[in-house]
Amino acid sequence: MTDPVLQVETVLQVQDLRVIHPGPVTALDGLSFELAPGQVLGLVGESGSGKSAAALALLGLHRGTPTRVEGAVLLHRPDRPALDLNRASDTELRTVRGPELAMVFQEPLTSLDPYRRVGTQIATAYRLHTGASRADARQRTVEVLERVGIDPKRARDYPHQFSGGMRQRVLIAMALALRPRVLVADEPTTALDVTVQAQILRLLDELRAETGMALVLVSHDVGVVGGLAAEVVVLRQGRAVERGATGALLGRPEHPYTRALLEAVPRLDAPLPERDAPAADDVLVEVEGLRVDFGSVRALRGVDLTVRRGETLGIVGESGSGKSTLGRTLVRLQDPSSGVVRFEGADLASWRGGELRRRRRELQMVFQDPTSSLNPRRLIGDSVAEPLRVRGERDEAKLRAEVVGLLERVGLTSDHADRHPHQLSGGQRQRAAIARALILRPKLIVCDEPVSALDVTTQAQVVGLLRELREEFDLTLVFIAHDLAVVRSVSDRVAVMRQGEIVETLAAAKLTEPQHAYTRALLDAVPRL
Amino acid sequence: MIRFLLRRLLGAVAVLLALAALSYLLFYAMPGDPAQLACGKGCTAPQLAQVRHALGTDQPVLRQFWTFLTTLALGHGFSTGPSTVWCSAPCLGYSYQSNESVTQMLLDRLPVDVSLALGAAAIWLLLGIGTGLYAALRPGRLRDRVVNAVILTLGSTPVFVMALLLLMGACVWLQLLPFPNYVPLTEDPAQWAQNLLLPWLAIALVSAAGYTRLTRAGVLETLNQDHIRTLRAYGYPERRIVLRHAVRGALPTVVTVAAMDIGMVLAGAVFTETMFGLPGLGKLAVESASTVDLPVVCGITLLAGALIVVANTVADLLHAALDPRVRI
Repeated sequence: MTDPVLQVETVLQVQDLRVIHPGPVTALDGLSFELAPGQVLGLVGESGSGKSAAALALLGLHRGTPTRVEGAVLLHRPDRPALDLNRASDTELRTVRGPELAMVFQEPLTSLDPYRRVGTQIATAYRLHTGASRADARQRTVEVLERVGIDPKRARDYPHQFSGGMRQRVLIAMALALRPRVLVADEPTTALDVTVQAQILRLLDELRAETGMALVLVSHDVGVVGGLAAEVVVLRQGRAVERGATGALLGRPEHPYTRALLEAVPRLDAPLPERDAPAADDVLVEVEGLRVDFGSVRALRGVDLTVRRGETLGIVGESGSGKSTLGRTLVRLQDPSSGVVRFEGADLASWRGGELRRRRRELQMVFQDPTSSLNPRRLIGDSVAEPLRVRGERDEAKLRAEVVGLLERVGLTSDHADRHPHQLSGGQRQRAAIARALILRPKLIVCDEPVSALDVTTQAQVVGLLRELREEFDLTLVFIAHDLAVVRSVSDRVAVMRQGEIVETLAAAKLTEPQHAYTRALLDAVPRL
Repeated sequence: MIRFLLRRLLGAVAVLLALAALSYLLFYAMPGDPAQLACGKGCTAPQLAQVRHALGTDQPVLRQFWTFLTTLALGHGFSTGPSTVWCSAPCLGYSYQSNESVTQMLLDRLPVDVSLALGAAAIWLLLGIGTGLYAALRPGRLRDRVVNAVILTLGSTPVFVMALLLLMGACVWLQLLPFPNYVPLTEDPAQWAQNLLLPWLAIALVSAAGYTRLTRAGVLETLNQDHIRTLRAYGYPERRIVLRHAVRGALPTVVTVAAMDIGMVLAGAVFTETMFGLPGLGKLAVESASTVDLPVVCGITLLAGALIVVANTVADLLHAALDPRVRI
């Protein structure tokens, strides 16, 4: 672009960008936008909407893969002609990746090199582009680590010694060191807790204000984007269905898809469905003084809890608060170090041999990641039928009927029984996992973050399904999640956990008026629309 | 670390005890009289009784095993007719056929296998990692397939065929090298290397195939990982990504497998030693098995077991040293 005005005001100009995966599958079908320094643009959409394909294309990261990119990504630089990243040579592309355009990824746990110290990784990227001396690079590393809130002494640590949120900070520091003019953040907080999410978003916004870098924020969560972006583009099946200033767009969405996206976002102020609270004296599970130690780590330090028959008990807390350990202990996947878990009055730990096998069916679990909790080499139907087979059911016709019946009940079809997990979407996999938990007609199902790997619309569907199944199968549910709004929408009561203890238990309707300061902090961290 | 080593040491002792018991059962408690074999043909009854007493086979089996263990730990005197030879700990027994203590026989042969293993490993690692990387740079392309075909052919060649081909090629047809004849390193390093070159190549060419595949698979797998995408997003040159970061991801597996393979060669490369006439443990094992020199066979079994246990421990230590996520 030779327009001198544009050179000043626009840093990135995307014209009719198309990303075509081999197949051919058009992942992104004609995206255009302009980005000014310091501006934040939000890209929202469900999984499969093409938002990640777009993010990768902004840095030319599809190059070297079978995926084809059409259209232009024009990077405007002062005193130099604009560079079309889609046509630039490999060398040109390399020189702008980092100092001009940097990226923060969704998976902070795997996005850093596990074999190198984090300080080395930041310093190396810095030296690569600046040619700085080792000492200067070290100095810069210390500066940026401090800026993102990490003790520079930890530069000598390896990535696995950091939590997810800290690793995301390291990655942001790596970008920051090079002072990029555009930062592309692809779902930067999806894998993180609400409180950590709030910190990372605040950090990104501060850095934008300080350095004047432009930010492209990609997320399935309208709440995340809404808080930061001035302008939002809503993507659906690769097409921009709606765009506009954030306030107007979120306040008065015009496209039905945008409206559906917004409605699916769980909200803390949404009305709760009317429901008779289960009798307080009919206790299904009773936990007393539960402690679980892993070596010298105290995962649970004295938990008391009752779960009433027929209720849904929500458990919220940040990662590391012990909520998963508590869930696993409830279904005897984990033995207590001390304390007792009673199921219908009987100590779980006292079940042995035949009794354990017989009664274990009453306790089932649904896990966070359906991709790894379903055997990738087996058909969905076989995975769902497995619990019955283990219990000696040999009548194939009966098994098939039972499996198909349940799959249909959870919103799948008999077709899905004959597919492998990778042929299903995340939401469909989680439905299959729920069917597998139901096949033994359990009394209690512990759901450990059952929807946190799913995008908002799928999340709403799966939560709705669990609510229906609860009535139909007389289930008692323990619903573990870090998302307070989701937990509130399904639960009768909510227990808030912190560092291995329950800090308070309240009725779901009272969740927004907590007693404990920690619950209040968790609530404040939830992004508002 | 200290705890890991202690645990390993205890494990090793348990494994070796079990191994000792097993070889003892096999060789001493099986039908057939070791004394008769040791004494040879035309052995008179009094002579046989004398040999039996010397071997200890006139004692109950458990008693014999206990003697075997105490001999190992404390040493033992062996009468060789007129005089008594003291075999000091760790004593693996006494070979009446060679009139030598088994421990000494093994110690004489071990340098051959150390030379053989280390030299061969250096070649197969260079060759395997090099070809693996070369293939991984352009997966599916012609050079990947050519490397794959060559390596597969080499890797599926039995080592004695490889040895024969090398001998015929280098010593007979091309007459580049004299026929190998082992010279200790301490005597003449140049001669040592020259004479071991063909045995090294024989083992390395056959073994490299596994390393090519490990390296290729490891590099390709690492290249698909998220942290490599991060490097690309920060403008790292592709060469550097492959040579420094992707190789790094493949290294822990390669080194672990190498440590165990070296252990195997150390414990005796039967075919290679036989083909090239190297006086190593493998050759000794074959010879003593055919002459039924039981103490020697038993001793080699134990030493081989110990070497494998040590190799495994070294493999685990190296893996932990190379991967910061692994703690021991």
